[in-house]
Amino acid sequence: MSEVLVIGAGPAGLAAARAASDAGASVVLLDSSDALGGQFWRHLPETRPARNEKYLHHGWSTFRALGEALESSPTVTIIRSAQVWAIEVFDGVAVHAVIGEPDGARRERRVFRPDALVLATGAHDRTLPFPGWDLPGVYTGGAAQALAKGERLAVGERVVVAGAGPFLLPVAQSLTRAGSRVIGVLEANRAARLARGWSPRPWQLLGAAGKGLELAGYAAGHVRHRIPYRLGRAVIAAHGTDRVESVTVAKVDAQWAPIPGTEHTLKVDAVCVSHGFTPRIELAIAAGCELTPNRFVAVDGNQRTTTDGVYAAGEITGIGGVDLALAEGEIAGHFAAGFATESVSAPPTAAIRRRRAFTGFAHRIEAAHGIRSGWSDWLTDSTLICRCEEVDFGSMRAAAAATQSESFRSLKLGTRAGLGICQGRMCGRTSEELLCALNQNRELSDGAMSDRRPLASPLRIGELAHLSSQKTARKGTP
Amino acid sequence: MAARMLPSEKDPIQPSSSTTVSITVDGHVATGILGQSIAGIMMAGDRLGFRQTAKLDRPRGVFCGIGVCFDCLVEVNGLSDVRACQRKACDGDVVVTARDPQPRGGAA
Repeated sequence: MSEVLVIGAGPAGLAAARAASDAGASVVLLDSSDALGGQFWRHLPETRPARNEKYLHHGWSTFRALGEALESSPTVTIIRSAQVWAIEVFDGVAVHAVIGEPDGARRERRVFRPDALVLATGAHDRTLPFPGWDLPGVYTGGAAQALAKGERLAVGERVVVAGAGPFLLPVAQSLTRAGSRVIGVLEANRAARLARGWSPRPWQLLGAAGKGLELAGYAAGHVRHRIPYRLGRAVIAAHGTDRVESVTVAKVDAQWAPIPGTEHTLKVDAVCVSHGFTPRIELAIAAGCELTPNRFVAVDGNQRTTTDGVYAAGEITGIGGVDLALAEGEIAGHFAAGFATESVSAPPTAAIRRRRAFTGFAHRIEAAHGIRSGWSDWLTDSTLICRCEEVDFGSMRAAAAATQSESFRSLKLGTRAGLGICQGRMCGRTSEELLCALNQNRELSDGAMSDRRPLASPLRIGELAHLSSQKTARKGTP
Repeated sequence: MAARMLPSEKDPIQPSSSTTVSITVDGHVATGILGQSIAGIMMAGDRLGFRQTAKLDRPRGVFCGIGVCFDCLVEVNGLSDVRACQRKACDGDVVVTARDPQPRGGAA
């Protein structure tokens, strides 16, 4: 039986696995976590099930149905706690994974050589740096969500949620439902831009009524909990000695530059800041997939990437939310199965229709909420840009000025920005953009890209050595 | 106190009764619920700084919460550089903070 391998068990990956299985392929589904659902459907562990879990989720019944179908299918293998660390492409693809406790020392090694591959690796929060963002008590929105939904832990008693985008609303909702008092949600964009971004051709949104309901639900929760939602404001600094004790909030202009004289201080014990999402595309790059100009994975109408037999779905093809991810996943899984089994079946027309209805959201989110360049005005010379290697803005500026370099690689080597253990996931795109801005907005010349990570996750040297001795031993066995 | 657990009896989602799990953090006993991450148990015990940084000696704790930023590294049962937000706590886990101030790994 032909095999489809799906990487990522969030909405897109679950839908892909289900569709591939329905289309007659044998399916292996990998996820780095020990539960299905990804970040979107993050929930309490099996050891602590909740009777009313659906209260915290949008589309919980869809998740339950997908999970149950996959878990009960004899032709679907779900492998949890599987960390994919490399993909090789030759005559087909080889996917290298280690399986076991996160960051363990002696995990089991597996190599998969599927007939077709679906990448559904999702995205993580993008948080722009500001003075004090390294203090404990400053979190991404995703962290607040994960702890609230996955453990019922509220990150603070008195919390500010700030940044940009519709994701701020469910973050605030999760916090209040875990017992926090959210004293404000601050969206950097102003009303005029939100209206321009969201309102053109509103009839296109008719098919996406469910999305509107999801957002309306969050808004109603805000009114109920009297959470102020303020536009054109940003957290521009966090203060405290060994943890956050207060934040400075300022009005920002249309380009997100703070307006002098508008600063005020809020006492908080936690602050959650997210300015958007970064797609997790290192595996797609390793698989040789071409990217779009906006650095998402390029796909055709069948969710096929430019690498033969490799498909992509969900946030790595554009930040569009759960409904779009489900539709894309279903389409990707269907055609991946067709590729694997070398068969042709009727296209999944309902999913294709849903994809069309929700595609507009990705563009609208970007148009209304995308990052604006004025934010760097809130940096000081001592603000850390690279958290891992503790590289501050002053040294980056000095390096850029001294070398007049347009090369991201030389900035990295000169300052160590982006060379730490997170492999540039937190600061990579920010460092690129800052270097570009420091160079009078000239394009970076060396084509180096922070998203390229030949090793897709850090491995221990000992574990690598162990892996290679395993490999040698196997080779030596007659 | 900043971070805290929502007590089950006040929780609208009605979690089932839970098994406790006990770990030590720098020698102090910390108790949580089976299935929680080491990070969650530490935070609920009002421990927000998980390590001191190498260069500036500043405290760091959970930031991204989903295994991406590697800020929450701790030592677990003698093994350094474990992401506390990703590792589920097991009874008797011995967690040590600030032992390995220089986060080095990786293949960047």
